[in-house]
Amino acid sequence: MLSGSDTLSVTGDRRARLTRDAIGVLVILALGIAGYFLFPNNLALLTRITAIALLVLSLDLVTGYCGVATLGHAALFGAGAYGAAIAAAHFGIADPIAMLAVGIIAGSIAGLVSGVVVLRAHGLPQLVLSIAIIHLAHEAANKASGWTGGSDGLAGIMPDAVFGLWQFDLWGRTAYVFGIVLLIVVFVLLRQIVRSPFGMLCRGIRQDPVRIRAMGGSVHGTLVRMYIISGAVAGAGGALNAISTQVVGLDSLSFTLSAEAMVMLVLGGTGSLYGALIGTLAFLWFEDVVSAANPFHWLTIVGALLIAVVLFAPKGLYGSLASYFEHRGRKNP
Amino acid sequence: MTAIFDVRNLKKTFGGLVVTNDVSLSMAPGDRVALIGPNGAGKTTFVNLVTGNILPNAGSVMLCGEDVTRLGPTQRVRRGLVRSFQVTRLFPEMTPEEHVALAILQREGRSGRMFASHRAMPDVMQEGHALLSRLGIAHLARHRVSEIAYGQQRLLELALALALKPKVLLLDEPAAGVPQSDTARIEQAIADLPSDLAVLMIEHDMDLVFRFAKRVVVLAAGEIIFDGSPDAVTKDARVRQAYLGSYADARSVA
Repeated sequence: MLSGSDTLSVTGDRRARLTRDAIGVLVILALGIAGYFLFPNNLALLTRITAIALLVLSLDLVTGYCGVATLGHAALFGAGAYGAAIAAAHFGIADPIAMLAVGIIAGSIAGLVSGVVVLRAHGLPQLVLSIAIIHLAHEAANKASGWTGGSDGLAGIMPDAVFGLWQFDLWGRTAYVFGIVLLIVVFVLLRQIVRSPFGMLCRGIRQDPVRIRAMGGSVHGTLVRMYIISGAVAGAGGALNAISTQVVGLDSLSFTLSAEAMVMLVLGGTGSLYGALIGTLAFLWFEDVVSAANPFHWLTIVGALLIAVVLFAPKGLYGSLASYFEHRGRKNP
Repeated sequence: MTAIFDVRNLKKTFGGLVVTNDVSLSMAPGDRVALIGPNGAGKTTFVNLVTGNILPNAGSVMLCGEDVTRLGPTQRVRRGLVRSFQVTRLFPEMTPEEHVALAILQREGRSGRMFASHRAMPDVMQEGHALLSRLGIAHLARHRVSEIAYGQQRLLELALALALKPKVLLLDEPAAGVPQSDTARIEQAIADLPSDLAVLMIEHDMDLVFRFAKRVVVLAAGEIIFDGSPDAVTKDARVRQAYLGSYADARSVA
């Protein structure tokens, strides 16, 4: 039987975790509102950060939670972007919610395909397979120029008003709010998933797949499922990018974007979702500031920052902060 | 008693080398069998054949009357054949509470659930805590496994196996690497295993074998050379020659 105090601690726990997530959502919301009012001329950049944040969250699901090494994750993002863009440009599906749905489905399918391929191998061969996937996807999009516009990019995307109420405007306000709301919804859903038994199973697989099998758990099936979810999230990011910029280029399906997403994730810290958000924001904001301040040496400065973080905060910005406070909390309970 | 676990004429060769030769072993519910043998006798290969990590060249493995010879390891676990590991295999960043919850959910086919936390499942939490208390590690339920002592990790390893409600339990050197001070607790936990469970223990420590086993099986050079009572095993000439000889000598010296 569960004693009274146990029941209390179970509900107390739940409250603590819900509080933490509520704080997370409030922080995103507060930053979102602050961004809207503080940088009214930079909303396009902030929306791009939001879209990339979805890609990095999606990467965290497979890399941070499942331990899958991949440098081809932009394939999922690009699938979502091209999916939404092709739906709009070739099939006249201009409703942004419908475009988002198409992006999510395209991303999920790309997730399924690349998951099945990448999960055939482990370690370095896995990494090489993921690189092969992004190059193949890039080349396929380049060759299928009738559909994708090839290296010119796919333009002519004119999304309708959101719910018929909010037109996409020249300043990117609607797109920005659309993006922040999308990010919050995805974040809340993902927090649920990573805490669930399924999320626990994924963390178990990362730490010891042999033990999971000895418990009767299916390692491959679980990882493929997570890859599909990851694809849906990256696809949502790609669709957001297509809707907000109204053009999709080959860069959304590039090795560079894949690698940068990995850098942002490591910068923020893996396996917490919070780290993915912080890493994206820090990287893209820093890149923007430094490239404006010093257009000639900004890549050098970004490189130096990364080396500093990896050397002095190997768990990433969020991971290192979190373990610092956990450590302090134990010393002074 | 009907056999719940029945290995018949199992044979495995690697290249030309016969590592398991015509091994048969049958167990009934409640059996306590120790499998011993000198190094290189083929114990590890036997365990891998039984758990399904490698496939035999000939012979069969029956579990509860069902032929599982061609089934993979996870399928066998789901049918009630559970093993523990010689070197603990746990999730260092997870807590004992999460470990047992995951095992219980896995057993019940609920481990794929995405929109509920195990902490919000009172039945899972109750069963998990009962199990951890039974093994005396309930006070560590919320500590990271990387922070708890090795002896307690071995107890958690047992808890994990039990959470799967096995019919046949394979214990691979359950007390290996555990400091002397903790072995008593592990032995107690093994003595307290459910009485209807068939347990096969692979062990080097002969004192533990004699306290635990009602029946001893000796494997040497891939063959079973003895299958009988613990009393008889020390008197058996072949066993003495293959295995206990060196042990008995060492003992008399000590």
